[in-house]
Amino acid sequence: MEARTTALPTSLLDLVGSTPLVELPRLSPKPTVRLYAKLEGQNPSGSIKDRVAKAMLDAAESSGELEPGRRLLEPTSGNTGIALALTARLRGYPLTCVVPANVTAERRKLLRLYGAEIVESPGEEGSNGAVRLALELAERDPSIFMPFQYANQANPRAHYEGTGAEIAAALDRVDVLVAGLGTGGTLMGAGERLRESFPDVVVAAAEPLPGDEVMGLRSLDDGYVPPILDVSKLDRKLLVSNADAVSGLKLLLEREGVLGGVSSGAVVHAALRLAEELDEGVVVCVLADGGWKYLSADFWDATDVEASMGRSVWW
Amino acid sequence: MAAVRIPPTLRAEVGGARELEADGATVAEVIDDLIERYPPLASQLLQDGELAPFVNVYLGGEDVRTRDGLETEVRDGDQLILLPAMAGGS
Repeated sequence: MEARTTALPTSLLDLVGSTPLVELPRLSPKPTVRLYAKLEGQNPSGSIKDRVAKAMLDAAESSGELEPGRRLLEPTSGNTGIALALTARLRGYPLTCVVPANVTAERRKLLRLYGAEIVESPGEEGSNGAVRLALELAERDPSIFMPFQYANQANPRAHYEGTGAEIAAALDRVDVLVAGLGTGGTLMGAGERLRESFPDVVVAAAEPLPGDEVMGLRSLDDGYVPPILDVSKLDRKLLVSNADAVSGLKLLLEREGVLGGVSSGAVVHAALRLAEELDEGVVVCVLADGGWKYLSADFWDATDVEASMGRSVWW
Repeated sequence: MAAVRIPPTLRAEVGGARELEADGATVAEVIDDLIERYPPLASQLLQDGELAPFVNVYLGGEDVRTRDGLETEVRDGDQLILLPAMAGGS
């Protein structure tokens, strides 16, 4: 028997990134516009956040900031927490996630199964509430290390070196990049990398229109703009309602058989709007996760989609 | 006349309204019209004559910061949405 020459991976973390890019010809509004999807749900813990979790811990380990066994704390509505929990488990760090109380049951369960402890923040404060509480907890206990995806440059760097570089290597032309806006990591990092290869690329954000029930800020001064997000580097910023996001994800499933998460539906909705504006070109959608974590949600069959989604943070 | 959607955070300043009608040919003029009628909005929406950092204004579903900012043209019947800047990013 011949010896195998290719070394197989020894950790799931070796399988982060290098996700598939697939064309979506059945979804494109016109044959001259080619639509592609980067399937980030195929990362080991099921979302694009595996890239960010691994990059943030790599950076903190190499700088010496993160000593072995130190407790990690992170505000997250799900995917970052799940990704950090997988990464932290394989590298021996305990993890606490600060999660808005109204996230879907699957996310909470996945966090626990991957080994994270959960601290709840008030649901009506949305992700802002999780950020505020996590910053308070970290301030109070200096033994905690907070990777903090909203301000950690390893987040956009992971998308510059990974997501963006992979797209640039796979395509000869990119006219529009569409990704969901959360921390801004994907749009900043992948956007910057694609601009190097395709200087005229339009970097477009799909942004959630939250339900009234999760906008319980006392005043606008409680608003939050992630430090890594520079809005001046976005060419377009499109608001997508929950109902339009769900229409997008149903279309994606019906036409192309891709089961995406809520933000993927929003990205598809925004991409179709931008594709309509083009006579010809290439539009790349970054689909951050799959639909599996949303199966318990009511929106799949709801007659009033907005009403079924207003009370939760979806992405 | 444009319709302006008011987020929960600002409803106390406008007598509880979820949506208001306002006049103006640009986003700046529409905001000035609102501020004239509801002066406490001024400190919430504007800072040094620009949109305050934690305020997002959308016209036709697009952030005016990626269009022409406060100078973005508003047409009769347009819908504007005011939102606080929120953390996202799961």
